[in-house]
Amino acid sequence: MDAHSANPAIPVPGQPPRDYAEEHHGAPPGGLRRWLTSTNHKDIGTLYLWFSFAMFLFAGALAMLIRAELARPGIQLVEPAVFNQLTALHGLIMIFGAIMPAFVGFANWMVPLQIGAPDMAFPRMNNWSFWLLPAAGTLLISSFFVPGGAAAAGWTMYPPLYLQGGISYDMTILAIHILGLSSIMGAINIIVTILNMRAPGMTPMKMPLFVWTWLITAFLLVAVMPVLACAITMLLTDRHFGTHFFSAAGGGDPVLFQHVFWFFGHPEVYIMILPAFGIVSTILPTFARKPLFGYTSMVWAVASIAFLSFLVWAHHMFTTGMPAAGQLFFMYTTMLIAIPTGVKVFNWVATLWKGSLTFETPMLFAIAFICLFTIGGFSGLVLALVPVDIQLQDTYYVVAHFHYVLFSGAAMSIMAGVYYWLPKWTGHMYDETLGKTHFWLTAIAFNVTFFPMHFLGLAGMPRRIPDYALQFAEFNLIASIGAFVLGAAQLLFLYNVVRCIRGGKPAGAKPWEGADTLEWTLSSPPPYHSFTTPPTVR
Amino acid sequence: MSLPSQPGNLAAHAAPGGYYTPPPSWWPLVGSVALLTLASGFILLLAKVGAGPWVMALGFAILVFMLFGWFGNVIRESLAGRYNPQVDRSFRWGMVWFIFSEVMFFGGFFGALFYVREFAIPWLAHTPLLWPGYDGAWPTEGPGLKDAFTPMAAWGLPAINTLILLSSGATVTWAHWGLKSGRRGQLALGLLLTVLLGALFLTFQAYEYHEATFSLKTGIYGATFFMLTGFHGLHVTLGAVMLTVILLRVQAGHFTPDHHFAFEAVSWYWHFVDVVWLLLFVFVYWL
Repeated sequence: MDAHSANPAIPVPGQPPRDYAEEHHGAPPGGLRRWLTSTNHKDIGTLYLWFSFAMFLFAGALAMLIRAELARPGIQLVEPAVFNQLTALHGLIMIFGAIMPAFVGFANWMVPLQIGAPDMAFPRMNNWSFWLLPAAGTLLISSFFVPGGAAAAGWTMYPPLYLQGGISYDMTILAIHILGLSSIMGAINIIVTILNMRAPGMTPMKMPLFVWTWLITAFLLVAVMPVLACAITMLLTDRHFGTHFFSAAGGGDPVLFQHVFWFFGHPEVYIMILPAFGIVSTILPTFARKPLFGYTSMVWAVASIAFLSFLVWAHHMFTTGMPAAGQLFFMYTTMLIAIPTGVKVFNWVATLWKGSLTFETPMLFAIAFICLFTIGGFSGLVLALVPVDIQLQDTYYVVAHFHYVLFSGAAMSIMAGVYYWLPKWTGHMYDETLGKTHFWLTAIAFNVTFFPMHFLGLAGMPRRIPDYALQFAEFNLIASIGAFVLGAAQLLFLYNVVRCIRGGKPAGAKPWEGADTLEWTLSSPPPYHSFTTPPTVR
Repeated sequence: MSLPSQPGNLAAHAAPGGYYTPPPSWWPLVGSVALLTLASGFILLLAKVGAGPWVMALGFAILVFMLFGWFGNVIRESLAGRYNPQVDRSFRWGMVWFIFSEVMFFGGFFGALFYVREFAIPWLAHTPLLWPGYDGAWPTEGPGLKDAFTPMAAWGLPAINTLILLSSGATVTWAHWGLKSGRRGQLALGLLLTVLLGALFLTFQAYEYHEATFSLKTGIYGATFFMLTGFHGLHVTLGAVMLTVILLRVQAGHFTPDHHFAFEAVSWYWHFVDVVWLLLFVFVYWL
């Protein structure tokens, strides 16, 4: 057994292993190497956040094209087939490229700082999780330029339509496989960091709520990303290897895909909102200058939402002809989710009650989150009702619903978090006037864009259609105008962030007097390696 | 896209006895290049572009290069004593959650099998308007396909394979006892037996595939059979390769009775693959 001598990975017995003393380092390597080879949670968090921002702008540009086409009835700008590519890739890139990486970026930056850990548990794997994203992004974005254009079967990729597309459909499947690998590794890293690397004295019920929400989110990711891999693997074999998973002639069932997909898809919805709950639950107490109301019930509410998320998936499929018993089961479990969600909303309101409130930009976004996310939650309850859902399935009401949850929920909480922690990350205060301008433009334009979609959906306008009947023209024009303002406002966000990185009023270690988590005990920006000796938590 | 250079604590961050945080590394980036190349090659292959297999081979080669380099790094750090008990705990948790993700992966395919057998097929059989005369008896290739096939019987080769895999679970545990009590002969022999039993299992699987009267294309029965047993076989192959690496590392003297996480991780993986097989035997071959 002499194979080891030929293998450079295994040292030759008798010789001491290579000395690593020279690799001890305190500062990052210079230039591009710092970012390409990073094992530092702050740098990797920064990479995640910038990647997410770039994808947000790209997928946002796709949305601008969608709204430009829909501004007037008729076909003006893009062919129907291209329109379908735009909606499919807008969804996929926003979800997997913008929102999820943004939250992982926050987890990278803030989880080690908030639990007093020196870094993530697996710093190298952390870097791999990140660098898989540009690989998948390359496949997704370049799929627009291959023969036939990008995948045009919606972000949900339902067969049989998805089975009929060209090469870009395979590119999308492989891209999602890579994104799934990235998510699973990232989630394992976050779980292990939280379970194993908390500072002495930080018992689970002393963890900041952001850490709790990410622990549970990471569990959901590890549980459901492999199931998505199943679903798209079956698509791939049905496309190329002659399997009949989704063909009735061979004993399969296209609805099978929907079951497997939504078993992933519904927990995925909570993967995109639980970290938002964590961010908002961090910001509200800071600017209300009171502790979070009902910490313990918040933790249990998040855990209950995560548990229930595995039992509600078929509420996305009420019109597929499932038995009444199935419809009733999924309707009731779905409505049950309103209970823990309601607990959270009431706790947030109670946190504000009689607080010494100030309304800096993060607080404005957090309050808007409560109001607008709650609207999204309510329209979700409306859609949970089987008879109503059968009427509203695949209409603009659904589009309005999930944008209230995902834009004014997930995306606006991300903006809140960015403004909240920018002073910590950069050492500078952002420009408050610009921040507030960005907030008001975003909040108003968001509602102008998406509120009319409720009416369009109730009136029967179908989603994923490039043209529509004349009676929908006014609301569509209003939505499009709102969308262009909303899109332009995000350039202001970009400008404000870049300005803050380049300079500004020094932030000091703790610019928010009401903040009480561990990151504020460090300088701003924090040292490149922080908490190498863990702090002790009382 | 760079933050201002950050002043502050420039002290060595691998404080003696502290949690080891590795220096910057190229391997993750190499791994991403590998997977992008592999995926691109596969896409080209599916599009019947001639370069596809070559691009895939290149991607696979880069992946293997990365695995050697990255694991080599980890092994050297481990031998240099950089991993304190807390790091060891991280590795254990990491492996546990990785195996959980694998459980969910197989769970998805089992779920597909159960859904088809419990719902989709009976519904098809109760739709006489669409497929008159279809009785929906399992195993089925569906109402639209008409190729004769014999389903795989449980109590022949698959039963023997069950015995083989269960025995291999026992031998790897026996090897672990040897490792813990310092009996290196027992350790090496146990591992060798485990690898050989794994290889025997795979040989029998290959024979079974070769003799099968149906294929991946034989309706939903063929699809679920080959998808589930195929992914399981892939995992057995990976497990056997990992066991072989562990055996080589045992010969190189990498493990001590109280410091051998890599051995345990691979044996956990092996037991997991074993349990999946038991479920396959019951739900794919037997019932």
